[in-house]
Amino acid sequence: MLPEDAASAIGRAASTSFSDYIAAQNPAALPSARNAANHAGAGVDLAPHATTIVSLTYAGGVLMAGDRRATMGNIIASRHIEKVFPADTFSVLGIAGSAGIALDITRLFQVELEHYEKIEGMRMSLDGKANRLAAMIRANLPLALQGLAVVPLFAGFDTTRRVGRLFSYDVTGGRYEEQEHHSVGSGSVFARGALKKLWKPNLGEDAAVKVAVESLYDAADDDSATGGPDVVRQLWPVVYTVNSAGARRIPERSLAEAAEEIIASRSVSGREA
Amino acid sequence: MTQQFYVSPEQLMKDRADFARKGIARGRSVIVLTCRDGIALVAENPSPSLHKLGEIYDRIAFAAVGKYNEFESLRQAGVRYADVRGYSYDREDVTARGLASVYAQSLGAVFTAESKPFEVELAVAEVGHTIGQDHIYRLTFDGSIADESGFIVMGGQADAVVDALKGRWSAEQDFAETIRAAVDSLRHDGGTSAEPRAQLSSRTLEVAVLDRDPLTARGTVRAFRRIPAQDVDDMLSNERVSL
Repeated sequence: MLPEDAASAIGRAASTSFSDYIAAQNPAALPSARNAANHAGAGVDLAPHATTIVSLTYAGGVLMAGDRRATMGNIIASRHIEKVFPADTFSVLGIAGSAGIALDITRLFQVELEHYEKIEGMRMSLDGKANRLAAMIRANLPLALQGLAVVPLFAGFDTTRRVGRLFSYDVTGGRYEEQEHHSVGSGSVFARGALKKLWKPNLGEDAAVKVAVESLYDAADDDSATGGPDVVRQLWPVVYTVNSAGARRIPERSLAEAAEEIIASRSVSGREA
Repeated sequence: MTQQFYVSPEQLMKDRADFARKGIARGRSVIVLTCRDGIALVAENPSPSLHKLGEIYDRIAFAAVGKYNEFESLRQAGVRYADVRGYSYDREDVTARGLASVYAQSLGAVFTAESKPFEVELAVAEVGHTIGQDHIYRLTFDGSIADESGFIVMGGQADAVVDALKGRWSAEQDFAETIRAAVDSLRHDGGTSAEPRAQLSSRTLEVAVLDRDPLTARGTVRAFRRIPAQDVDDMLSNERVSL
């Protein structure tokens, strides 16, 4: 008969999660370890917030784009912040909400996926990744109730079904698969309106980049917490595409072209919106 | 009550070492070599899924011979060590030297304290930006650690493979030449007097590399990649295939 501990080790081996491991070893290193005590809602204007993220599917993959502004109350905290990151070879995530916590969750999520891949010798399934991210957002619920919410958008290429898929979340860790396109953040309603008019089935990659940049332009137009293309500082949105070849960052040059094209076409028409 | 016989500490350690050595020599060899393109890891391994070679971190790989359950648990512990360290500090703060030293402590403690030593031999390899910055650490069952340069051969008839490799390997080779040299040397594990075994193919080989500059080559910081079976066969049959 097996000794009791030896058999119970098999059950423990079911989770090869890095975040579970670090929660046991060093819980203070987790993003949710911040203790905001009982100051309901006090965190809202205290920490920088990151805003609009859009994601849309196109022929052969999925794309995600985010603006470059972080705000703290009425102050622009950063013009250079990046809010869209590659999570692993075949997925990307964008973050809206409290920037510091969101960046920590991103870093933990990236290590989580890489750790699984190295321990198991294969990649986690896309649904598995989406569920792991949901667990991390769920762990942040106490802070979310105090005004430090993080709401990510997750997109990836499903290597078994051969399609691009995207997932949205709520602060409780609810995970919802979205069709066609989705946006999160303070400017998301305006971006969503633009996407509804601009998005078409089977867009090409270049066309999809233009749609994403234009929807962010519309969000920045009406939402003060979202930054538009900055021609003075030469700052453009961060855009990633994911297809069967993996995640790829769209180079600055193509984004500058897309942004300048939109600015030019709107200047020419000379209308209010 | 049974009386315990006196055994001298020298005898005890010798018995344990002989026991571990016997277990390690039973399997086939694993070779880790540096070359111009990076570090190549070549193992004779008939299983496509039970690996002897593995990725630890951005520029660090792991190779092992001996008992699978023992070195697999050490590999997983190494991945955890590296990921926790990289997450708590920074990615560049994870070094092969640090990992090799915790492996040495762990192997040393098991060798003296546990009822049975680990029947494993490990290599921890870190690829540098130049050949001079490459590190290959060899860790043996008793916790000994050695910083080797050039190449190492572990397990099986390692001495015979080392002799064969000496005339075939040089640091200026690219990956394809190095891997060919390593695979050819694995055939000569019977020693100089014996007839070499038949040519090995990808069915019994496990090959992985650490790229010297993965960021420009593949756009990632992770240098480790497994060479697919088809590429291994191409490399072994064709003199001019490059990776």
